[in-house]
Amino acid sequence: MTAGLILQTFQTVLAILLAPLLMGWVNQCRAWLQGRAAPPLTQPYRVIRKLFHKDAVLAHDAGPLFRFAPYILFACMALAAGIVPTIANDLPFSPAADVIALVGLFALARVFLALAAMDIGTAFGTLGARREMLISFLAEPALLMVFFTASLISHSTELPVIVETLAHKEFVIYPSMAFAAVAFWMVSTAENARIPIDNPTTHLELTMIHEAMILEYSARHLALIEWAVALKLFVYSALGIALFVPWGIAPAGDLAALPLAILALLAKMLAGGAGLAVLETLSAKMRLFRAPEFLGTAFMLAVLGMLTHFLLEA
Amino acid sequence: MSAFDSLNPQAIGKHLWRLRLAAAQLPGLAEAVREDGGQLVALWGSDDRHLGAGYAVHVVFLAARGLVWVSAGLAAEAPAYPDLAAVFPQAGRMQRATWDLLGIRAEGAADGRKWLRHGAWPADAHPLRKDYAGEPVRETDAYPFVRVAGDGVHEIPVGPIHAGVIEPGHFRFSIIGERVLKLEERLGYTHKGIEKRFEGMDPDTGARLAGRVSGDSHVAYAWAYCMAVEAATGAQVPERALWLRALFLEIERVANHLGDLGYLGNDVALSFGLNQFWRLKEEWLRLSEALFGHRYLFDRVVPGGVAADLVGGSALAEYCLAVADEVRELKAVYDEHAGLQDRFANTGICAPELAARLGLTGLAGRASAQAWDARVQFPQFPYDGLEVNMATHRRGDVLARAEVRFAELFESLRLIAEIIAGMQEGALRADLPQVTAPCEGIGWVEGWRGEIVVAVRLGADGRLDRVHPHDPSWRNWPLLETSTLGNIVPDFPVINKSFNLSYSGQDL
Repeated sequence: MTAGLILQTFQTVLAILLAPLLMGWVNQCRAWLQGRAAPPLTQPYRVIRKLFHKDAVLAHDAGPLFRFAPYILFACMALAAGIVPTIANDLPFSPAADVIALVGLFALARVFLALAAMDIGTAFGTLGARREMLISFLAEPALLMVFFTASLISHSTELPVIVETLAHKEFVIYPSMAFAAVAFWMVSTAENARIPIDNPTTHLELTMIHEAMILEYSARHLALIEWAVALKLFVYSALGIALFVPWGIAPAGDLAALPLAILALLAKMLAGGAGLAVLETLSAKMRLFRAPEFLGTAFMLAVLGMLTHFLLEA
Repeated sequence: MSAFDSLNPQAIGKHLWRLRLAAAQLPGLAEAVREDGGQLVALWGSDDRHLGAGYAVHVVFLAARGLVWVSAGLAAEAPAYPDLAAVFPQAGRMQRATWDLLGIRAEGAADGRKWLRHGAWPADAHPLRKDYAGEPVRETDAYPFVRVAGDGVHEIPVGPIHAGVIEPGHFRFSIIGERVLKLEERLGYTHKGIEKRFEGMDPDTGARLAGRVSGDSHVAYAWAYCMAVEAATGAQVPERALWLRALFLEIERVANHLGDLGYLGNDVALSFGLNQFWRLKEEWLRLSEALFGHRYLFDRVVPGGVAADLVGGSALAEYCLAVADEVRELKAVYDEHAGLQDRFANTGICAPELAARLGLTGLAGRASAQAWDARVQFPQFPYDGLEVNMATHRRGDVLARAEVRFAELFESLRLIAEIIAGMQEGALRADLPQVTAPCEGIGWVEGWRGEIVVAVRLGADGRLDRVHPHDPSWRNWPLLETSTLGNIVPDFPVINKSFNLSYSGQDL
């Protein structure tokens, strides 16, 4: 139990520290693929450091909600990072914090960010909040369906049990997880504000979704938001790894497997980040009203995954 | 058969005509031009009181015979002329600007709001009047936007400061959900008083200023200005200088089209397109600097000729072939990218009928079946011997404007080789003849965005008395509003970029 607690804390801290590195890696890959000179791997850390050193500017109409939202957002993402097994499968809190709680955490963070965006009353904040809600109410059910498919296989909604079933039992091919994997990728792009749903690097305020909500933030608030965004991408990547390529995560109680687990995590994150960059470079952003079709497809694929489970695996 | 036949305009150059008449005749003439399929290109005013007259209103029409510069003298007290916006809607903003700058009223105009005045001078002062000595003021810019009311309708004010580094302009969207019910522009934020600044300048310095009216069209403006000054003074420009001016103009067109095609890709988040086209543009600009001493060819066109010669033309012609090959490859990428095509096609449509009615011009006009290109129908030397192929399209959407850019890019690269082949050795510059009496002239050049018209009047001392540089953006900005209607808000940036209009050129 004590070892578990230490491991859970260690994983959370590791996620918080490594998250900007993943973002930096994705940005570096994107630059290379576009034929540009790439920013250094550590650029996101420098940005966060710079922002923490600045004085915050607040809108005149900003209420307490606007100021607290970044902290809540960051806390939610840090908690989420603790729920997902990244290197060890030893998570004592998992009976209380399962995948449904995870979806709830993401929702909580989103609601606060959207409310904060509307709090200051600018046209862009409201515009972004409205679009974010449109995207997320379509993405969340699809995400739940993906989790349910994995849960049906392992008969549990706890992530350590899912990982245990998929990685450490005898090897079985699950066709249902192939459908779920595609659906999960589609939901992840939407939830992390990536191309083709949103463009994290745009300066065109009228096209923004996530960026429109945080236009009025500066300094430490913005730093926390940027960090939380990187953390969210990290958590989603870790989720993808836990669900679809869990091999290498150390089983509960096996401390000797930890070094290898860290190496495996790094390798998978490197590959995943490069893959994300490739897909982003190849795609254009889709028209906003195509997003429901895109996420509808994700939901359908996730449901197909569940049906496949009952047909072929039950 | 033509509106002008009975009025007997005087020829003042190739395809250029001059006509003076009474202000009361203007609406009838405008109607007749409209019926002939012509357009109103420009409208401005001048203060002629120091010449022993009152004020004057100047209108430039495009007709089958070419460009006709029509002037009508007005009274010195309470000058006014009949409204032309009812016939040519594009005249509306030009009339409003003429009121702001000169206090000449368009009688019967439906829209009497200010246009260029933002509160930097009082409502009863008019800075382009010769006796203007007003102190600048700073009053709040209370501008009555058109309100759209209804259930669920709300406004998004955008700009004049934007999230990216672009020119300032304010866009007021009235939307329901994401759908645009109305878009209203408020421009004039870059009003610099360029027309006032021209007054009293010598012609050489004036050329430098004219080229800076809108920096992306430097050559077009400088050439149009020089054409006007040379017509006014009767200067004979050496042939090689005219060949070089055409070369510069096509180089400028290539640079702008390369940049725009990259931006169009970037606006739908295809950064690959931006980086590749901008690499080509950067290499193009560096080549311009290596050959002519300036990346954007600033100050290479001067009154009487040019200030730079071409050495090593065959290398440039070969380079054009290489660029064309690369652009062909990139065009294949754009053509086959489903995501990009989905964003471009059927976005921001300007139907040919509307384009004709409201006077869409230039590149955007040609993408909506308005087949006007001064290089084709009304060529000046050396274009009269070049047989330029005009690029047109009928769809009028973002895709059509991108297609026209591609076609014009290839055509310009071909033209550059042809110009280099056709050029003869010779002098680069002739001196301007001495001016002894007031004289005037007009220049007309097909820039990359559309027709650039510059009208010049020199005083008896040989210095500039009144210069009006006219940008095609005047006519196209209102069409951007109508093309955005019914589209969704996040599609506006790509529609805007597909027009890529000049703020500075119309704010003056």
